[in-house]
Amino acid sequence: MKKYSAFSLIRNALSHNRKWREAWRSPEPKSDYDVIIVGGGGHGLATAYYLAKEHGIRNVAVLEKGWIGGGNTGRNTTIVRSNYLWTEASLLYEQSMKLWEGLSQDLNYNVMFSQRGVYNLGHTLQDMRDIERRVNANRLNGIDAEVVNAEQVGKAIPFINTSPDARYPILGASLQRRAGVARHDAVAWGFARAADARGVDIIEQCEVTGINREGDKVTGVETTRGTINAPRVGVVVAGNASVLAAMAGLRLPIESHPLQAFVSEPLKPVIDTVIMSNAVHGYISQSDKGELVIGAGIDAYNGYGQRGSFHTIEHTMQAIIELFPVLSRVRMLRQWGGIVDVCPDACPIISKTPVGGLYFNCGWGTGGFKATPGSGWAFAHTIAQDRPHELNAPFDLERFTTGALIDEHGAAAVAH
Amino acid sequence: MQPQRLPTGGRIDRSKPLSFRFDGRKLEGYAGDTLASALLANGVSIVGRSFKLRRPRGIVGSGAEEPNAIMQIGKGAHAQPNLRATQVELYEGLVARTTKGWPGARFDLGAINDIFGKVFSAGFYYKTFMRPKSWWHLYERFIRASAGFGRAPTETDPDHYEHRNAHCDVLIAGGGPAGLSAALAAGRAGARVILADEQDEFGGSLAGAKRNIGDAPADEWLRRTVESLAALDNVTLLPRSTVFGYYDHNFLAIAERCTDHLPEADRAGVRQRLWRVRAKQVVLAQGAFERPLAFCNNDRPGVMLASAVSQYIRRYAVRPGRRAVVFTNNDSAYETAIDLAEAGSSVVIVDSRADGAGSLGERAAKAGISVIAGHIVTDVVGRRRVRGVRVAGWSGNPSYLVESSIHIDCDLVAVSGGWSPAVHLHSHAGGRNAWDTERHCFVPGEAAQANVSAGACNGKWSLRECLREGIESGRAAASRCGFEAPEIDTPSTSEGHYNPLQPLWRVPADAEPERCPKQFLDFQNDTSVADIRLAVREGYRNVEHVKRYTALGFGTDQGKLGNIIGMAVLAECLGKSIPEVGTTTFRPAYTPVAFAVGAGESVGDLYDPVRKTAVHEWHVAAGAPMENVGQWHRPWYFPRDGEDLHAAVARECVAARQSLGIMDASTLGKIDARGRDVVEFLERIYTHNVGKMKIGRCAYGIMLGEDGMVMDDGVMARLGEQRFYLTTTTGGAANVLAWLEAWLQTEWPELEVFLTSLTDHFSTIAMVGPNSRRVLERIGCTIDLDKDSFPFMAVRDAELGGYPVQLFRVSFSGELAFEINIDSGSALEMWKTVMAAGEEFGVTPYGTETMHVLRAEKGFVIVGQDTDGSVTPVDLGMNWLLSKDKDFLGKRSLARPDCLRSDRKQLVGLLSSDNTVLPEGTQLVEAPGAPVPVPMCGHVTSSYMSACLGHPIALALVAGGRARKGETIYAALPGREPLPVTIAAPVFYDPKGERQHV
Amino acid sequence: MLLIECPWCGERAETEFSYGGEAGIARPPDPDVLSDAEWADYLFNRSNPRGAHRELWNHAQGCRRWFGVERDTVTYRIAGSFRLSDGSDNREG
Repeated sequence: MKKYSAFSLIRNALSHNRKWREAWRSPEPKSDYDVIIVGGGGHGLATAYYLAKEHGIRNVAVLEKGWIGGGNTGRNTTIVRSNYLWTEASLLYEQSMKLWEGLSQDLNYNVMFSQRGVYNLGHTLQDMRDIERRVNANRLNGIDAEVVNAEQVGKAIPFINTSPDARYPILGASLQRRAGVARHDAVAWGFARAADARGVDIIEQCEVTGINREGDKVTGVETTRGTINAPRVGVVVAGNASVLAAMAGLRLPIESHPLQAFVSEPLKPVIDTVIMSNAVHGYISQSDKGELVIGAGIDAYNGYGQRGSFHTIEHTMQAIIELFPVLSRVRMLRQWGGIVDVCPDACPIISKTPVGGLYFNCGWGTGGFKATPGSGWAFAHTIAQDRPHELNAPFDLERFTTGALIDEHGAAAVAH
Repeated sequence: MQPQRLPTGGRIDRSKPLSFRFDGRKLEGYAGDTLASALLANGVSIVGRSFKLRRPRGIVGSGAEEPNAIMQIGKGAHAQPNLRATQVELYEGLVARTTKGWPGARFDLGAINDIFGKVFSAGFYYKTFMRPKSWWHLYERFIRASAGFGRAPTETDPDHYEHRNAHCDVLIAGGGPAGLSAALAAGRAGARVILADEQDEFGGSLAGAKRNIGDAPADEWLRRTVESLAALDNVTLLPRSTVFGYYDHNFLAIAERCTDHLPEADRAGVRQRLWRVRAKQVVLAQGAFERPLAFCNNDRPGVMLASAVSQYIRRYAVRPGRRAVVFTNNDSAYETAIDLAEAGSSVVIVDSRADGAGSLGERAAKAGISVIAGHIVTDVVGRRRVRGVRVAGWSGNPSYLVESSIHIDCDLVAVSGGWSPAVHLHSHAGGRNAWDTERHCFVPGEAAQANVSAGACNGKWSLRECLREGIESGRAAASRCGFEAPEIDTPSTSEGHYNPLQPLWRVPADAEPERCPKQFLDFQNDTSVADIRLAVREGYRNVEHVKRYTALGFGTDQGKLGNIIGMAVLAECLGKSIPEVGTTTFRPAYTPVAFAVGAGESVGDLYDPVRKTAVHEWHVAAGAPMENVGQWHRPWYFPRDGEDLHAAVARECVAARQSLGIMDASTLGKIDARGRDVVEFLERIYTHNVGKMKIGRCAYGIMLGEDGMVMDDGVMARLGEQRFYLTTTTGGAANVLAWLEAWLQTEWPELEVFLTSLTDHFSTIAMVGPNSRRVLERIGCTIDLDKDSFPFMAVRDAELGGYPVQLFRVSFSGELAFEINIDSGSALEMWKTVMAAGEEFGVTPYGTETMHVLRAEKGFVIVGQDTDGSVTPVDLGMNWLLSKDKDFLGKRSLARPDCLRSDRKQLVGLLSSDNTVLPEGTQLVEAPGAPVPVPMCGHVTSSYMSACLGHPIALALVAGGRARKGETIYAALPGREPLPVTIAAPVFYDPKGERQHV
Repeated sequence: MLLIECPWCGERAETEFSYGGEAGIARPPDPDVLSDAEWADYLFNRSNPRGAHRELWNHAQGCRRWFGVERDTVTYRIAGSFRLSDGSDNREG
């Protein structure tokens, strides 16, 4: 892998940019691998990268039915934070946060992780109780968090509506300063390039059509490009998790829903941080390009269509204007949707399955992007060791049987 | 003084000169101008700077495809960022500013970026700014400051917006020749038609066209057609209305701009309106976009689309240049050459095709225009304005290299690379597109919904075909809606013969794309041919990867100008065909839409309805601050004489415990449940033995989710053998009713039960305190209220002060208390009656805060505050409520291993060691000083200073807490030493419950 | 915004309805005999198909009735609505 740097940019400019190498190869699939990762999104690519890096397993294929990073990785609103309520979730997301903090350097690919702070607004007394509870828990878990009052919110965020006469006045917020946003596509590409450099085969346009097993052991997968064998198969396909599970005869506690988002036209800097609100249902940040990136709510119905209903967008625009009346005349440039895999407790599944050698990583719902490196890191461990790391052990499928759910609805009720 | 304005012609109103400001300069135009045409008339060349390289840019197009003329229009609260000058109608006093460049677009220090253009190649930012790690936020600040176009207003929007729902038989998007014909055909058939067009007048490409339709000039046909449509009652004409999104089930969204074209002082009423249309049939007639060609420096001010040049001449009487080169690979630009010649400009046509054009070629020759066939424009001379072009002979060989031997001086280059149908809405609807190998463009494939494309939008270039397809599609749409559609003849038009377009995208140059001056594809984002080739070289080969890596099509024009040639260049690099490469996904909005349009009326006070009780105005008059609870406004406390919350609540609590408090409890959910099987039904819903309840008695009930977690609670009363009255929490009312209905209808339809919400019909006044009975008696009650006649947890119908009421003897405070349920129409009168009758007992109104303190003193939980969706009734110590004799929802879940753990978090009381009121949300730990991550054993859910007890009290959920009474744990208070707290029973006041039984 | 046909009221906009998830999940008649895993399957697991989906909708802002809809989860096309009492009752899956 040729190193990227300012120097390499200048050197290549002098040779008219004709000597850049490809970021990742496009190999033909081999017939056998040690591990197959199904799903070339951020989580799958990260899993492959950490399998190679942390566990020395390099004979790995990542199978992607379309183009890498083309699912939720390239469709989310890029928020990264770790201020979850329950210890189990906090520690998992915090592991991810720590990986984010060195990710550009680790991958030698600028993922533009911007720690510009995330505010979760409180609008009711109960919101504020929940914020206090979560912030206190975060601190005890070693996660930076603070409670700020309405006045502080008003000072830190120009143009936000802190009027006590608002329909749902802002009473305060939680603030995680280390939280922020990143460049979503770059995360997929950076992991792909770094994984490829360690020997991982990234195979695009290769759809898995079946999961092969012998008895209760997985032996590989059927794909649109033929049979590919491996003793271990990790499935990390977000919204399509149930479809892949069905191929292996499994049922999951997952429902797939459309989640929509939109961006404004590029504006000069106006929002310098990330603002999320549960009661006034919306969240907003501004990309480095100047577009306001705004997340809408989940559409109620099951949907694999990567699109939702327009009234969901309308509600979000109402919420954004409620929070930022000055954005009323700003215009939506583009809207889109993803497919989120929603779990009953708003927490992921990173788990072994009843089929030996078959592992599932899914259920991230609206919050998967922030977990990308941590999810891959934990999933790689689970696959490599055939047992979960202690950080993801609570996120076993078994919890739905025992009842040990990790109910993060309070922290995750708003899509993010 | 408008140097480029032609002395005659155009559809402008020369009797109405308008003055406007552009970057501070005072300029003039005419009514009927767009900002773009007025700027061109005034000879303005530079209207913006590109995003990355900050190259000077001029107006390229005449509509939605314009990438460069991105303006900030208006000032202050009326400011509108990022409008395309080509789509802004000129009005008196318009203020426009360019949005790119520092200090300005005309002179921009950022232009230095262009010198280092090769360093700023596609995706350069992914390869640098990584060291030192801590500097990214500095780099980012710089990047952000140089990005973006306009500025968001800094004041609240003073304008109003509205939503309008509409149903129609046929919605027609686009009012050019095809759309108008479709509207006429469908309208005459009797169908309800909506015709929407984004421009201020209908006609599309016909406006100003110098040709005949039938026996009349096109303008005349246009006028007559619009008049005919306006005369039809079943046709709604929506000019200035853009169909911006085509959603599922034939739902389309239209943004209508009602007042933006007026001077600010004249604007009144709704500024913009969102039409939400459910159409039975849709005709898409949005026309086509002309494509540019990718030659070196093709972005210089003065390089324009040929069709735009024609528009400016014909419609606005503006001549964009005096010495023009028309560069084309097809016939249509010959019309532009003729327009230019008629406008008095000198014109040379450079046609890539060896044999030039068909009939239009003959017309051009007659007009004395010289044609250099078999040649291409390879490069543009001039930086701030076109000064000339370099031209090379070309045999059609797709080699990268040619030799430019000809130089032509000019101040305008009119370019046509062919046309691309506006397939956007067809694609929003889910339809795919097919590559037409003759016309060399994507045309709509099979429609995914009830829609059809007509005219240029369907790849039909000739006027006759547009008219014919319009008529046919309009008739067909009407007949699919059940109307008999009369035959309409297609008007005759004279059509010549056309020579086919020669596919040409990247224009060969004297050097390879990496070495020659940049050949732009996406002007706004500075994406060039070399960038596409670099992306491919680096492995970004999927069209979506290329788009995201190079920013091709990410501009505010959404790729309307450059996407197709970009994809063609990509196909060429990959050695694939264009359809193999495919397009990126078309997404709404077709053109940008203000958030306010989507929001409509639902902003400010109307953001969410406020629910108010019947006594609300009294509370407001009494000066009570309000608490938002669900959609309700509830009085929080009733301050007297400048009291703060704590003082007021202390006084209210003492009053309720010692004499008489009064509270408006009307927001509680109220459900009437009756029917043959109501007992069986409620047995399945509630955890206690409903069937054992006696008529006229109340019970506290909880309901669980199927996961065993507490979902809602409330008092229920049995009013008859088959009749119950249920109450729910304020926030849970709607959910509970929906929940009950869902079980009843989907799971147990054999049960005959009728559920009716009474929440709004009845109001509830709680009278709390030892003097409550006395005051009721004083008001005059028709039933005996003594302890034996009307015991605790009884309910009776009665008359109180002459009003029929339902009287409950229930208590959420532990005091002797009554709840008066009364018709909401009489509630305020009753409230006043109680206040008057209670005066001598110091009757004290109290709000939600005092209610919370009183109930916490008694250890009563608030669902949603003391529970969070992970709490079982066992955790709350409510085992006594769980019937062993029956199944109920959620019961099975309580037997799962995790619910049986003895170390689950359980409801307890907490007493702090130093009289600190523990903040709600405080986390609890076993011991101070544990290393991070510190294990937490619980948290404080409710916490108050109890004025009646004289010390703070708290409720908490603590792991295994019920068995640990008397033990000390620690409250982890931020910024303080952990505070020892003692676990106690959750009932602090009157633990034997004697006071409510008196 | 979907267009949904209420079997009692006719076609109405999606905003009048609330969604109830997968149809045909019958509550076990005797939960106590189920293993924890069987109970969890009823409680949490869903077929969540990519394609035809029988699902519940409630005409919340109309007649308040629950009914079934067969809808494709990819195209969102609706094949039809059905009353729960039609023998296509959700209890029979």
